[in-house]
Amino acid sequence: MVLLGQFNYWVVFFLMMTGFYVVIARGNLVAKIVGLNIFQTSVFLLYISMGKVAGGTAPIVLADGALYSNPLPHVLILTAIVVGVATTALGLALVVRIKEAYGTIEEDEIHAKDDSL
Amino acid sequence: MRWRGRPCIPAGIRACPIRSAVIDQVIDVLLLILLVITAIAVVRIKSLFAVVMLFGIYSLITAGIFVVLDAVDVAFTEAAVGAGITTVLMLTTLARTGHKQAPARHSPALPLTVVIITGAVLFWGTQDMPRFADPGAPIHLHVADRYIEAGPEEVGVPNMVTAVLASYRGFDTLGEVAVVFTAGVGVLALLGVRRRRKGDGDG
Repeated sequence: MVLLGQFNYWVVFFLMMTGFYVVIARGNLVAKIVGLNIFQTSVFLLYISMGKVAGGTAPIVLADGALYSNPLPHVLILTAIVVGVATTALGLALVVRIKEAYGTIEEDEIHAKDDSL
Repeated sequence: MRWRGRPCIPAGIRACPIRSAVIDQVIDVLLLILLVITAIAVVRIKSLFAVVMLFGIYSLITAGIFVVLDAVDVAFTEAAVGAGITTVLMLTTLARTGHKQAPARHSPALPLTVVIITGAVLFWGTQDMPRFADPGAPIHLHVADRYIEAGPEEVGVPNMVTAVLASYRGFDTLGEVAVVFTAGVGVLALLGVRRRRKGDGDG
């Protein structure tokens, strides 16, 4: 596992920036939420990559002297995944509500309607 | 070693390695490349339906990487919740809001500049980080050993992730339940109450 160096982290940061780009460059609110989720998943990947130990195995009791990966990041990310789906659900509910109030989920059109009031 | 009277299989993991470390690395790199391709496709494809389905694929590939990185609990949670529930929620939203996405009206220059600068700073930040899978990394030197050694005996669950989640960090999980409850109340407040009012108007 030493060969890999920091390849995992570089990919994680690339994915993070891809999600960030989708959030700030796309005008569609559903696309923005997909971007946020991509960002979030890349953070999960960052934590799990840090918890890996070379030659280790999943942290479930096997035998004396077995080498396990670090269970702590796994616990934190399990919590984060569930909280993540809760915030996504709330965001999507807001999108549905905005669609009903404004008739559109494009950021520019929402701003235009706000200005014309 | 025996666990609750039953022998553990295999008897010694160091004596009989289950997986080759090289194969692990190859699978890890291949899945990460697939992940990058999927993410680029999400940026380039215009159809919202395709974007949402690609996000489901992205979550599933991430779950595969979690298995390679020994996080099996996280992997099936991500596959069920990330690839499953989140995709279904997004598709439900699309059914109500439509699949059409307006073409971009702004130049991508400014967001691209912001993203590249931020990415460069993050890349610079990795220089100080420990190598991947280094057993001597700071993250492995503090409480983790205590949980691994004493956890299964103190809590009585062979899965250390479950032991930490439900026992040592039980209050954390209770807080998580509070967050999910609040989000559920929020969704109901946004969608449920309004529907009833519309129903009253119709009747």
